[in-house]
Amino acid sequence: MESVKIAIVGSGPAGLSAAGRASARGVSHVLLEKTDHLSDTIFKYQRGKYIMATPDQLPLRSDIAFEAGSRESIINRWDDDAEKQKINVRLHSEVTAIQGSRGNFQISLADGDTIKAEYVVLAVGVQGNPNKLRNPGTDQPFVQYQLDDPKEYYDENIIVIGGGDAGIENALGLADPQQGNIVTLLQRADGFPRSKEANVQALYAARDQGRLDFITEASLIRVEQGGSGESLWVAVVDTKDGEARLPCDRIIARLGAAPPRKFVEAAGVEFTGPDREAFPVLSPKYESTVPGLYIIGALAGFPLIKHCMNQGHDVVEFISGNKELQPPDTPLLEELFKDAPVKRSVDDWIVHIRDRVELLNDVSPLQMREFLLASQIHYKKRGDIIMNRNDIGSSIFAIIDGTVAVEVDPNNRSKTVPIQAGNIFGELGLISGRRRTATVRADEPVMILEIPRNATLKLMASVPGVKRRMDRISTERQVGQIFGQLLPQSAVDEIVNNAEILPLKAGDAFIKEGDRSTDIFIIRSGSAVVEKHIGNKDVFLSYVLAGNYVGEMSLFYDGLRTATVRAAIKSEVVRLPGQIFERLLSNNPDLYRSVERLVASRRKVNDYIEAKRESFSSVVDMHTSVARFLLEEEGLSEATDALVIDETLCVGCDNCEKACADIHEGISRLDREAGNSYAYIHVPTSCRHCEHPHCMTDCPPDAIHRGPDGEVFIDEKCIGCGNCQRYCPYGVIQMAAIPPKKPGLLSWLAFGTGPGPGEPDQDWIKENRQGEDPPKLAVKCDMCAGIKGGPACVRACPTGAAVRISPDEYLSLAGEAQE
Amino acid sequence: MATNTHMRSSDLPISHEGFLEHKRFRYLKVALVLILISVIVYFVADVGARHNGGTWLGYALGTISALLIVWLMFLGIRKRAATAGHWSLKGWTSAHVYLGSSLLVLATLHTGFQFGLNIHTLAYALMVIVIVSGFFGIYYYATVPRRMSDNRAHRTQKDLLDAIRALNRELTEAAQPLDPKYVNEVKRAIRKTKIKPGLLSSISSAQRQCATTRAAKRLRRAMETADESMRRPLETVVAILERKSALLLRTRRHIRNKTLLRLWLYFHVPLSFALLAALIAHIVSVFFYW
Repeated sequence: MESVKIAIVGSGPAGLSAAGRASARGVSHVLLEKTDHLSDTIFKYQRGKYIMATPDQLPLRSDIAFEAGSRESIINRWDDDAEKQKINVRLHSEVTAIQGSRGNFQISLADGDTIKAEYVVLAVGVQGNPNKLRNPGTDQPFVQYQLDDPKEYYDENIIVIGGGDAGIENALGLADPQQGNIVTLLQRADGFPRSKEANVQALYAARDQGRLDFITEASLIRVEQGGSGESLWVAVVDTKDGEARLPCDRIIARLGAAPPRKFVEAAGVEFTGPDREAFPVLSPKYESTVPGLYIIGALAGFPLIKHCMNQGHDVVEFISGNKELQPPDTPLLEELFKDAPVKRSVDDWIVHIRDRVELLNDVSPLQMREFLLASQIHYKKRGDIIMNRNDIGSSIFAIIDGTVAVEVDPNNRSKTVPIQAGNIFGELGLISGRRRTATVRADEPVMILEIPRNATLKLMASVPGVKRRMDRISTERQVGQIFGQLLPQSAVDEIVNNAEILPLKAGDAFIKEGDRSTDIFIIRSGSAVVEKHIGNKDVFLSYVLAGNYVGEMSLFYDGLRTATVRAAIKSEVVRLPGQIFERLLSNNPDLYRSVERLVASRRKVNDYIEAKRESFSSVVDMHTSVARFLLEEEGLSEATDALVIDETLCVGCDNCEKACADIHEGISRLDREAGNSYAYIHVPTSCRHCEHPHCMTDCPPDAIHRGPDGEVFIDEKCIGCGNCQRYCPYGVIQMAAIPPKKPGLLSWLAFGTGPGPGEPDQDWIKENRQGEDPPKLAVKCDMCAGIKGGPACVRACPTGAAVRISPDEYLSLAGEAQE
Repeated sequence: MATNTHMRSSDLPISHEGFLEHKRFRYLKVALVLILISVIVYFVADVGARHNGGTWLGYALGTISALLIVWLMFLGIRKRAATAGHWSLKGWTSAHVYLGSSLLVLATLHTGFQFGLNIHTLAYALMVIVIVSGFFGIYYYATVPRRMSDNRAHRTQKDLLDAIRALNRELTEAAQPLDPKYVNEVKRAIRKTKIKPGLLSSISSAQRQCATTRAAKRLRRAMETADESMRRPLETVVAILERKSALLLRTRRHIRNKTLLRLWLYFHVPLSFALLAALIAHIVSVFFYW
């Protein structure tokens, strides 16, 4: 029986790096590999795949070399290094069980051998355990979860499912025009937030060249027979625009992978939670709940090669008794905590915050480190404001120490609700994309962690527990905010326990006129339009923003729905079961009256419309069609502030464009003439400052932000990659180089020097450019933030045709009914 | 039904005012008050024998009018200077229109109705012409935008021109199977059609002179006598020509509308400078040679 100090299971980047360190330190070791080659996951990558070395700023700490390059160059290099470093590799050694603990491990192999070890480093990764499709029809042989060589397939209809790096790379590999495949990639998310930027760019480029197609916000429903012609199978796909049927000869599903949990748990290791994607519980030194058993690499929750290799190096150092070694990012994190009133090590802080803040309970220490690097810590005295009602903001705050007070009544600052340490706030702004709903101040000295929007979204996407807790907290808060004043806590709890979050596509009706139901819906994100069927037409009644609720009226009309409510854009609603309300109201006359008061104004409008049903004139028709044009066709339902032009006043002088160019650096951020018009309302090509800005979907340097007045702007970190331009569905972002400075207005007026007001023409730019052209960067409207007087386009309009509107200030029949 | 009182000039469902209504006609009111005061003072004040520019009231009205003219001309700079601050060009336009119009009364009272063949009356006459040209401007600003919007039907000028170019390509292709005489006719129609007409034809917007329209008519007539084999291709070509003719009409109307919105300025602005010169001459002569 072989006996070593450290047995390393798995020869991927993590295991190989650990073995390299062990060898360099002269520690007796064995590297166990199931297959006949090192690093099977990388080995199975597509032939010729280019492997990146992210994160760029993280230094590599390993005895094995690694830099960005082709799959082949990296595998060859590692084979060489393994030999050079005299690593004790044992191939064909599948581990079937690990027993024992520190100093006395017994590792059983599939070939019947047993290896004794003092320490075990488990680095098996997760690729042996890919997530599978569970839809009907996906048990067909043409549904596969791996793609070795894309050149094997030609003239096929291939659907790749999953917009992660693996899926994108497979799709790109299969889309070689010489192979004649028709490749469609399906991605569940809105964009590709978890993929490498370079991959996403390549994907967009391939689509622009017509080599492949992809559908975002799409998911497979089923695979069935029924296609015509050569292709007998079709994939039925749920898309934003409804169901689509795609012919398919092959489905390649790249849905990520989950830890081989059974095997790991059999060794006695505990996991962070019951979710399929949960990770093992680990100490900051990667030790699992079994003493002496260390887990690193993808299995520990980190899929990046560089992280894995660093961990391999570090874990052997820890085992060898190196107590001084700090992870490479420790100095940055120390800086983050330097002003804390209590002194703790970075590791202790991470554990402290994770245990303290419930939302983060399931987050691995490594993921903690990653998002903490993007976060900020605030220390506030009693009375200090942390966020203001109506501020724009989409970061979330987690209270590490102390208590904050939420001002629940804008008219009475002293009326507050406390939030204790360990809780979060600000999540409603993140989810709805709208302004903060309450002012929050410190009630005692507090230490608060502010996690920016993107880092929070990433956490929610990669840790199911975070998403689950976030959903629960936000539902609780929204129900509490709306009904908390009226209902006892027990009733609120009951409602929350029975609440359900429903995702909706644009146009989905979740309340239908004439139905019988008393369910109440809170609009969590997105927005909705309320319509009523009058004289064979759907008449637009009102527009409901995220954070509001609908459906309560049927409680006063014997459960009859008096109007239809549809999602105006992709939205999420929380369904609250109506039976609970019915019971509460019938048991409690006081409550009935106060709810009745609450809905009095809406009832008034409804009754008004009912009474006037017959005499509704064409004005209402016009109102309805204008509302539809703006909200649905022009996408203003997700806008927060948009420029529109009254065509009965616009004389086409383009002074708006000229003023825009002149007040910024010479580039106009709007195109007046372009864009659609309806009923003399023209929506020019100009930023609408969406609630959930599409442009932010994948900004590699995180340069797009929302400013204090709601403006979505691009800061100087822009690298000019063009992602935002591609993501914007309204075409309002351009890539442009700042033109040279023009002579002043007066010298143009008096002597004709320079190109005059507005964007200079290309010839003038060419003649006057000194030296190299500056790089082309993303340029978009910033609502003239920081410029006294506000948006120059509106101020510079000579006739008053240009106005900026935000959808919550208009388009409601309610206002007219009350006039 | 409560009427849609807040929908003003368009059906834009939010409250907004055009330059004429700006701030509930604030500058119209200012102008009316200014006129009213001037008229009352004119009839009430005792200025000796008869009113003229040399009385105290004459000087007062003259000074106010001269300063107004200078200020009105500043609109040209205000419009082009995209500076920070709480100014609104709409407000400026509104004031420009009403206060500018009030000059018709103020400056007339300043003259004391004494006219002659001199620099003073020249300045006055220029001022009147400038103001009248401004009235044309207001008329066009009030009527043309709606027509222009109807006519261009969401399309930009570039869209229109691109569409015409596309039709030209289609025409060239469709003319391939035709007899040479017809091909030449089509080619001539393409070559001779001017999209951007001269100034005069642009405002008269006559389509009669259009080479495309004429060619469409001629070829349609030719179709009746043409060979059986020529008929189908001719029909195709005529159809494209007619489509192009319709598109040309729309494009020319667009250009005509744009011209109307600018044409008056070609009088208004240069004449304003002429007025300024005459005004300076008038003031200088008054002070040095009176």
